[in-house]
Amino acid sequence: MGELLRDHEEQVVNRWAQSVDAPRDELLELYRAILGAIEQGGGDLADLRGLLTELSRSRARVGYSPAETSKAVFGLKGAFYEIVVADADTEVLRGFIRFARLIDDLGLFTFEAYAEAREKIIMDQAEQLLELSTPVVKLWDGILAVPLIGTLDSARTQVVMEKLLEALVETGAEHAVIDITGVPAVDTQVAQHLLKTVFAARLMGAECVISGIRPQIAHTIVTLGIEFGDIVTKTSLADALAHAFRRSGVQVSGRPATHVTVRAEQA
Amino acid sequence: MDRVPILKLGDLLIVSIQVDLDDQSVLVLQEDLAAAVVSRGAKGVIIDISAVEIVDSFTGRMLATIAAMCRMLDAHAVVVGMRPAVAITLVELGLSLGGVRTALDLEKGVALLNHVGGTAR
Repeated sequence: MGELLRDHEEQVVNRWAQSVDAPRDELLELYRAILGAIEQGGGDLADLRGLLTELSRSRARVGYSPAETSKAVFGLKGAFYEIVVADADTEVLRGFIRFARLIDDLGLFTFEAYAEAREKIIMDQAEQLLELSTPVVKLWDGILAVPLIGTLDSARTQVVMEKLLEALVETGAEHAVIDITGVPAVDTQVAQHLLKTVFAARLMGAECVISGIRPQIAHTIVTLGIEFGDIVTKTSLADALAHAFRRSGVQVSGRPATHVTVRAEQA
Repeated sequence: MDRVPILKLGDLLIVSIQVDLDDQSVLVLQEDLAAAVVSRGAKGVIIDISAVEIVDSFTGRMLATIAAMCRMLDAHAVVVGMRPAVAITLVELGLSLGGVRTALDLEKGVALLNHVGGTAR
């Protein structure tokens, strides 16, 4: 069996490379590893598995489908079958069945490695998204803003809350604006999360304003019967900033369109 | 058992809690503080919990109780220096301490009390 594979290496690999869309060098390397495994009696597959994992990973990253990835391995069966048929010896055919079984195992392994690699990519991206989507920006001395974009769930609100509170401690800010312009929908759960954040900030001695409430969201909140209590809400970030200015004693004068003079009042 | 020291600064009392309190010392602190407010005629009480890392519902309620007690004795109470983790825990426990004034640090707490006391006088 091993001899047959070795003798026809050139032919089989060429046929294989034709039938599947993959670089010939990669397939040749894989072919030699499989050949090595067969000649050793199929005991140690660690090298082979490593090679296949690498192949699946690179393909998962580039965006091949799982079928395409495992087909790259299964393609070897077809390529080799042509050689076996030409020989037509019973002994060789028996060997081919063993060989096919090995290839099946390898194909399934490829599929598994592919799924694992894909899952890791998704997890990494989710983590990156979480980091990306929750910046705390300083608007003014003592005024912070948290522009929220996208759907809020418990995990994200937790991150937002922690980041905001830590920023309050770091900067010593007494005012924070939570801007929900980019939040597509507010339900009871999201509102609950927002309220918790505001209360936690209050416990630390900072005032929170919620801004960017769109008409539909105001409607939903009232319809759902959510009580915002004495929490200040504003329609735009600008209004919220003006409110924070007033509360912290900063005066804005002049026409905003031409020039702005801002003077902080000494307490 | 260690008692929490109560410091006097002008007409303010400053309580700095440096250790994680057990229930018994919380009760003792409440009594000590009430007695100190009366005997020294304090107008404001600042409770600094910047060193407190662990809270439970009992400690949370202690803060509310002290604040209410001070109000009865005509003094304003401010809790200062609460850590983010502590704030999150209290909110998760459902204790938002509605009637308690808070400030970010001791300095801001003193400023707040001066402001409040100034308007009251």
